[in-house]
Amino acid sequence: MADDATSRTPGVFELPKVDNATDTRDLLAHAAKDANALKDHFVVDVDAHLSEFAFWSEIVDRIDNDVYRQMAQSFRNRAGSPPGLMNATPGMLYQDMFGRIPHQQRLAEKTGGETHAMVTLVQRAMDSMGIDYMVVLPTPMLVLGMHPQAEIEAALGGAFNKWMVEDMLPQEKRMKNFIYLPFNDPPAALREVEKYAHHPGVVGFMVTSTRYKPVHHDDYMKLYAAIEASGKPITFHSGFHWGDESMKQCNRFLSMHAISFVYYNIIHMTNWVINGIPERFPKLKSIWIESGLAWVPFIMQRLDSEYMMRTSEAPLLKRKPSEYIREMYFTTQPMERENLKLLEATFEAINAESQLLYASDWPHWDFDLPNSITQLPFINEQQKRNILGLNAAKLLNLEVPAHKLGVPRPGPAAMAAQGLAPAAE
Amino acid sequence: MTDVRVARFDEIADGDHRVFSTGKREVGVFRVGDKLFAWENHCPHSGGPVCQGKIFPRVEEALDDEKKSLGLKFSQRRNIVCPWHGFEFDIETGLHPGDPDVRLRKIPVAVRDGDIVLTLPG
Repeated sequence: MADDATSRTPGVFELPKVDNATDTRDLLAHAAKDANALKDHFVVDVDAHLSEFAFWSEIVDRIDNDVYRQMAQSFRNRAGSPPGLMNATPGMLYQDMFGRIPHQQRLAEKTGGETHAMVTLVQRAMDSMGIDYMVVLPTPMLVLGMHPQAEIEAALGGAFNKWMVEDMLPQEKRMKNFIYLPFNDPPAALREVEKYAHHPGVVGFMVTSTRYKPVHHDDYMKLYAAIEASGKPITFHSGFHWGDESMKQCNRFLSMHAISFVYYNIIHMTNWVINGIPERFPKLKSIWIESGLAWVPFIMQRLDSEYMMRTSEAPLLKRKPSEYIREMYFTTQPMERENLKLLEATFEAINAESQLLYASDWPHWDFDLPNSITQLPFINEQQKRNILGLNAAKLLNLEVPAHKLGVPRPGPAAMAAQGLAPAAE
Repeated sequence: MTDVRVARFDEIADGDHRVFSTGKREVGVFRVGDKLFAWENHCPHSGGPVCQGKIFPRVEEALDDEKKSLGLKFSQRRNIVCPWHGFEFDIETGLHPGDPDVRLRKIPVAVRDGDIVLTLPG
């Protein structure tokens, strides 16, 4: 390399190409520059992910039932160590664009030290992006709702929750979780709520939207009552499923992916509102995750139009559907921002300044950085702060350091009088 | 404008690329035959390290006389792919194949005495 040095101006150095062994901190080095400007902002990432198949042995060891645990463990001796009992279709996981996006393919970077590898990866991402709290959720399990065996969904969902809450969350207080609800087995889902309703690391309960279960079915009323009583939100995390008969008409992943994530949440939102779930459980808050935002004004207008003509079919409603939807919460990612006029109108429709929650979806290929919010030209500084973290802080009951509130910092005596902690210098 | 030497010309193989930093600015240098192209290592989409990504041939779809698809094929054009989100840019023009308004920032590059010299703005 001596020749390199002789032909190079002092101070110039070479940057390595990115592959799936690249350290998260190197991959996100450009984001870290933006993160410096967020030091006095409170940033909550309401939807980020781990790759649970990398730790599948640990997870299935947490299955309560002896028979299902043995069934899952039996896969370990098979060639390639397939993830036992899961219904994911690895050969059709095209998110990494066939090698174009290495970090989506596999996070093979070196970890080590005191924390679990998964926790270390989360910490590196949070630090690089300037995030105060990150809600970390599974990835292939987002399609577990399509598993033909409801009891397997319950066994794997329960095992994942136990692994996450008991083994992972205690290692990093900035990491939070929405409990996986095995929604195809309503009593099992209720048990998960009862188990974790009061856990401080659990900030909500997640229905993975990719499934064929009508959310208004009477089987779910006890579940909704329990979640409402917990004071924590129910969340609908959408996903894709190319095996869906309608999606099979799409010949490109792009097409299927673009529609599928919206499709499931449109159906669940429609059933949720038209059957008056917000009237039945008025204190139950809902978050709609990873469908972007453009679908929301569409479904608001569509349901309002039909409701005004066919009001007799939705007798539990006391207001237009859009008025209930305006009180729900939505995560930003993947935020459609090719047309800022349409996006601005969407923000107005959903009352974004109080209802919108920043989400990265890291480490997935269509992740959004905090700059997706800070660079928006049509919202003011306080609205940006709300969306980046202050809305989530209220909804998820997270403590905000005084210096990140976005208001002039009070003096030490005033802070003490208000019970506020002094800002870290 | 500041000139910086980053490497010897023969240290970049035909078809390959390397990325250099001056601390303030990062630049990817791409070699196509005897030509060099240099682009700022900043994706116009969301600021990703575009030049540190992989080079892929552009994918095209040919049609027959009846407008039926003949399927996908690789072309001779090659794109650099941003490793953050997959935005692709032609390594010779810096243009996104789907929208020419989305483009990489060009950095003047020359070979002097066998050295690759970038002329950096500012």
